Amino acid sequence: MLFSAHQLSCIRSDRVLFEQLDFAIDAGQIWQIAGRNGAGKSSLLRILAGLAEPIEGELRYKNQPLTQVQDEFATNLCFIGHLSGVQPQLTALENLAFWRACYALKPADDWALLAQLGLAGLEDIPCQNLSAGQHRRVSLARLWLTAAQLWILDEPFTALDVSAIAQLRQRFIEHCQHGGAIILTTHQALDLPEIPVQQLTLEYRW
Amino acid sequence: MGSVYLQTLRRDFRLMTRQKSDWLNPLMFFLIVLTLFPLGIGAKPNLLREIAPGIIWIAALLSVLLGSERLFRQDYKDGVLEQLVAARAPLFPYVLAKISASWCASGLPLLLMSPLMALLLGLDSKAYWAMVGTLIIGTPLLSLLSALGAALTLSAEKGGILLALVILPLYIPLLIFASAAVEQAGFGLGYSAQLAVLGAMLCVALAGVPFAVQHALKLNVG
Repeated sequence: MLFSAHQLSCIRSDRVLFEQLDFAIDAGQIWQIAGRNGAGKSSLLRILAGLAEPIEGELRYKNQPLTQVQDEFATNLCFIGHLSGVQPQLTALENLAFWRACYALKPADDWALLAQLGLAGLEDIPCQNLSAGQHRRVSLARLWLTAAQLWILDEPFTALDVSAIAQLRQRFIEHCQHGGAIILTTHQALDLPEIPVQQLTLEYRW
Repeated sequence: MGSVYLQTLRRDFRLMTRQKSDWLNPLMFFLIVLTLFPLGIGAKPNLLREIAPGIIWIAALLSVLLGSERLFRQDYKDGVLEQLVAARAPLFPYVLAKISASWCASGLPLLLMSPLMALLLGLDSKAYWAMVGTLIIGTPLLSLLSALGAALTLSAEKGGILLALVILPLYIPLLIFASAAVEQAGFGLGYSAQLAVLGAMLCVALAGVPFAVQHALKLNVG
């Protein structure tokens, strides 16, 4: 089992978001976390990514407790939250160069990657001048850079147009066929016939 | 690790060239305070020379404090810090690079402006060299402490006053020893003891602060 959660509980502002949640993800799988706004999807993803601590419960990575293999887990994780992680005063190229250094990736042709993502001609414009969808594309470019096996994505389809969504789906399929695993939240139907998509629905609780 | 340091440094210098007001405003503030003092006190060069060390260091403290709130704020809001915390490893060189860049933007210009300060406040050459010495040791310490304050108050909305309350007490020993050194030099006395104390404070801060900042950032993001 690549990554699993046991008996997770989370309380936010005196409200129990979820308790005793169990789930496990293996290579090649996609888990879609569904639920109403405020049901605790983002909180769950932040806990899974190691950014927040659960009130109760344990995470296991490759059948070992996460606390023991935290560094290995972090290098094998690509987390994209609802904050873009794009510095708005820098250009797309400069943002990519910074991520490459942070994820210890080899330099490669970022121009080609940005062109592939439909950002040709916008490489050297500060990201604050891009549209919301283009901004999102720059943020998602990390999925093409990273070598991480486990992706945790919070609403990756927000602000994207039809062609970008198709491209992202294609990337998901590629990733899963190469032994990757994805945990994501989205309000859209995922519609990936090639890949087993598991659903986890969080109930909105009072 | 080295490449994260260099890349963050380059990134910060780029941002400085694009957002000049971030680092120019505190420097302007510093210069304005220094020019207002001679005007306000009037034609009393001896009095001015006596209080010059205190004026310089108070103005330096406040100008560094003014710029420090922005240190991690933008990266926090955009989610860059969240990314770094999730990826774990590169946080330490990132913090070091941020502190180095902030010193280049706030401490180094003070050092370069020191001849002008001496001119404005009528310092003699002995006091001037003492001031340069204290600035060389003291401004990195200022940058380190302000990074600590900025990291601790990161998730507080409008954390400016809180930041001042957290780090001003830490600045006070620096203020006392640095202005004492300049004052002693003005009287023609030795000031190596004060410099040594400042150096010791810098060493302690260098050893501890980057780790503390790293943990504070993790806490604030989590």
